[in-house]
Amino acid sequence: MKRIAAFLLVALAIGAVWAQGALSINGAGATFPYPMYSKWFDEYHKKNANIQINYQSIGSGGGIKQVTEGTVDFGATDGPMNDEQLKAYQDKHGSPVLHFPTVLGAVVPTYNITGVDATLNFTPEALAGIYLGKITKWNDPAIANANKGVKLPAEDIVVVHRADGSGTTYCWTDYLSKVSDEWKTKVNKGTSVNWPVGLGGKGNEGVTGTVKNTPNSIGYVELIYAESNKIPYGTVQNSSGVFVKASLAAVSAAAAGAAKEMPDDFRVSITNAPGKASYPISTFTWLLIPQKFADASKRDALKGFLKWALADGQGYTEALSYAKLPKEVVTKELKAIDKIQ
Amino acid sequence: MNGRLRWRKFVSNFMLTMTGLCALIAVSVLFFILGYLVFHGGASISWNFFTKLPAPVGETGGGMANAILGSAKLLFLASLFGVPIGFFGAIYLAEFSGSTTAFIVRYAADLLNGVPSIVIGIFAYSLLVLPFKHFSTLAGGCALGLMMIPITLRSTEEFLRSVPGALREGAMALGASKWRTIATVIVPAAYRGILTAVLLAFARVAGETAPLLFTAFGNRFWSPGWNQPTASLPVMIFTYAIAPYEDWHRQAWAAGLVLLGLILVINIVARGILSRGISVPR
Amino acid sequence: MATTSTTVPGPSPLSTSRSFLARLREGDEIARLITFLFAASVVLLTVLLVFELWQGSALPRHKFGFEFFRTSTWDPIADQFGALPFIYGTLVTAAVALILAVPLGIGAAIFLAELAPARLSDTLEFFIDLLAAVPSVIYGLLGVFIVVPLMRLYIQPSLKSTLGFLPLFKGPAYGVGFLTAGVVLAIMVIPYIISVSREVLLSVPRDQREAALSLGATRWESTWKVVVPFARTGIFGSIFLALARALGETMAVTMVIGNTPTIAASLFSPGYSIAAVIANEFTEATGDLYLQSLIELGLVLFLLTFILNGAARLLIVITSQRGSGMGNA
Repeated sequence: MKRIAAFLLVALAIGAVWAQGALSINGAGATFPYPMYSKWFDEYHKKNANIQINYQSIGSGGGIKQVTEGTVDFGATDGPMNDEQLKAYQDKHGSPVLHFPTVLGAVVPTYNITGVDATLNFTPEALAGIYLGKITKWNDPAIANANKGVKLPAEDIVVVHRADGSGTTYCWTDYLSKVSDEWKTKVNKGTSVNWPVGLGGKGNEGVTGTVKNTPNSIGYVELIYAESNKIPYGTVQNSSGVFVKASLAAVSAAAAGAAKEMPDDFRVSITNAPGKASYPISTFTWLLIPQKFADASKRDALKGFLKWALADGQGYTEALSYAKLPKEVVTKELKAIDKIQ
Repeated sequence: MNGRLRWRKFVSNFMLTMTGLCALIAVSVLFFILGYLVFHGGASISWNFFTKLPAPVGETGGGMANAILGSAKLLFLASLFGVPIGFFGAIYLAEFSGSTTAFIVRYAADLLNGVPSIVIGIFAYSLLVLPFKHFSTLAGGCALGLMMIPITLRSTEEFLRSVPGALREGAMALGASKWRTIATVIVPAAYRGILTAVLLAFARVAGETAPLLFTAFGNRFWSPGWNQPTASLPVMIFTYAIAPYEDWHRQAWAAGLVLLGLILVINIVARGILSRGISVPR
Repeated sequence: MATTSTTVPGPSPLSTSRSFLARLREGDEIARLITFLFAASVVLLTVLLVFELWQGSALPRHKFGFEFFRTSTWDPIADQFGALPFIYGTLVTAAVALILAVPLGIGAAIFLAELAPARLSDTLEFFIDLLAAVPSVIYGLLGVFIVVPLMRLYIQPSLKSTLGFLPLFKGPAYGVGFLTAGVVLAIMVIPYIISVSREVLLSVPRDQREAALSLGATRWESTWKVVVPFARTGIFGSIFLALARALGETMAVTMVIGNTPTIAASLFSPGYSIAAVIANEFTEATGDLYLQSLIELGLVLFLLTFILNGAARLLIVITSQRGSGMGNA
């Protein structure tokens, strides 16, 4: 009996002490930038072995919720917190939470149509119609007219959307609300909406997986997910009428205007941005960092990470198909970092 | 033998063969599952799997070392929490309690046993995550421990009760007090059954995923101490299986094989102990 | 009545006849207290759990009342929450699971209890028990990579071409959906039906069978017309148990059901279950009403499984008592 008790105590102690040397910071949120963040946190850990930043990709809704609850040290979202949510945070913690843009990305319409390899062109009406459930077959004129020369099958369109609270959804529905009045009144924009049709996938990962495995389906995912899984994605017609394929240049073009007029809290929407070369479904993605930290070492570690991310970190973005932040935004952010106490 | 009798005999043989078929199907499902896991998982098990941390998204070569350790820590905590409550509670039920108290306790245990694991997760979140403001191995371990209690309690009570009255009376006749009788005679006599109960409860919670989703959360790195979120095998399987990356799918199979292998081995050992097929070192 | 001597610290099988001090000194009272505390903690934890569920769902209970169970909108933006799609999905998948698992399970139990020689029966039962030990996430893993493609490529199309006139089998074949979730659940609950049914069948007294056989019944007739009806209550108990398991299943279902809150007649349609929506949306439910609506769903699930488990146990107990009672006749 005594031996068992002794063993248990030792095990408990070892468990408590093991790897205690590392400072562990926990974050959660958007799946949109997850490939970028997982690379960043891995690289940062290699350079600073005593700092572990553990990020769980649970969706932007989860990021907002958990950072508000205080169960994680920082959050991440591609759908900026609205005023109500900001107020809820402030009421709970007594000080605000700050948005820090990290990279730019694109949400692309990705599809898996039997027999079609070509890059399809999507008009805003087509996308809204598909997701409203009004356009039900792939060879519908709304789609076919923009894709003369491509033989589209007379198959039902399987619509895939997010099952969880998502900033990617926010960006997608934000865009649809801007280009379709019907969408705006019926569904509106948000991280979690009342979808008229479709299957739900969990995270960008889930949507990609579902589209990959389901014939004649369409989904919306961050660019890198479509690219790395080698599923085709289409062009989207921007506000100037040009069909633009998502690319780093096109995303940066979309952000150019906003960069010059970036508000102090960094919350801005760049969907359907003006400009011939702009990709219309682009978005910033933000880290949600509390202004006040109880734990000084965590605060300093996060500030250090942010500064690295805005400098060296930007060097990793292009390889993963995220666009760098515009210089003006970076300068503004570096100043804002000092607000964190 | 008239026609009607022949027909009835035919029906009899036919139906009984069908039942045999049903049994065959049911059992072959198990072997199919095992076989498939061994085939797919076995191919993906590698040294990396057991020793490396997860790699950044899209890169290969990562492993589940932290998940394996995380599961070990969670199960350790679960046992620490669940087994004593179940064990000592059972002693109370079998040796000390009156029938009303016993009924209430047993009823509560059965209730707890039937609670869906996701609801246990909700409970643990509101009690152990929210007030402390972080996800932790501790919360996950307690959630799992909660699930171990009913199984341990009921089985241990049964085995304690099944100890022959003669042993108790003998001890008492020699002047032993009640607790001494329990500690030195009754519990050792029921030792096998109790161990089996504990092992089965352990195997049951080893594979649980839902309660961990909002308690232990997840971790891409090693989880220091007991107060940080931690990766675990079942949650990793879930996360990797629904993702689109081939490499993650392979790792999910490997993890599935490891997890199922562990659970099946514990089950087989536990049942073996009970049927006296395996001798237990004392 | 002999007067009990309180000064003799001697042996006595009835602790109540020794004095409190004597018991205390011998440690029995302490042992009783300590073990009582542990046992009481079980009750305490259970009560706390129910309390937390009740308290944690206060907002939607007051706001929606019973409308919660009749609305099918689940709209976090508009703060409108209705449980109907999830209750529907939970019940439909459980129904499909039972329709598939009950005949198979009872058939196998009959084989194990009536036909198989004792050794074979025990060995097979051993394997069935192992099947019951396979965790949900592993079933989910197999569901995603084996059952879903099988459904999408072979089973759903063939069902559509043969029985497609039924509203049950209309609509595109996604692979995921009510039917797939039901199939996976069926595999998960078969072991419960088999092991409990086998036990109740075995507990049917021998004379019942022998009486039937001596009257000229065939083996099958004796089993189906005498033994099974005798154990009927217990078999129902096993079905209730299986149902309770199917209702509470989380991981396997959420991986194959399609995660869409829909009420549709077609089994091919994607859907949602209570456990699955909680698993997917709990960590991100911003706003108290949203979170508490999820907790209310958890409360509903808890109540459902509670009632079923209680009924199951009752039925099983009744059967085994009948068995032992009648056997003495």
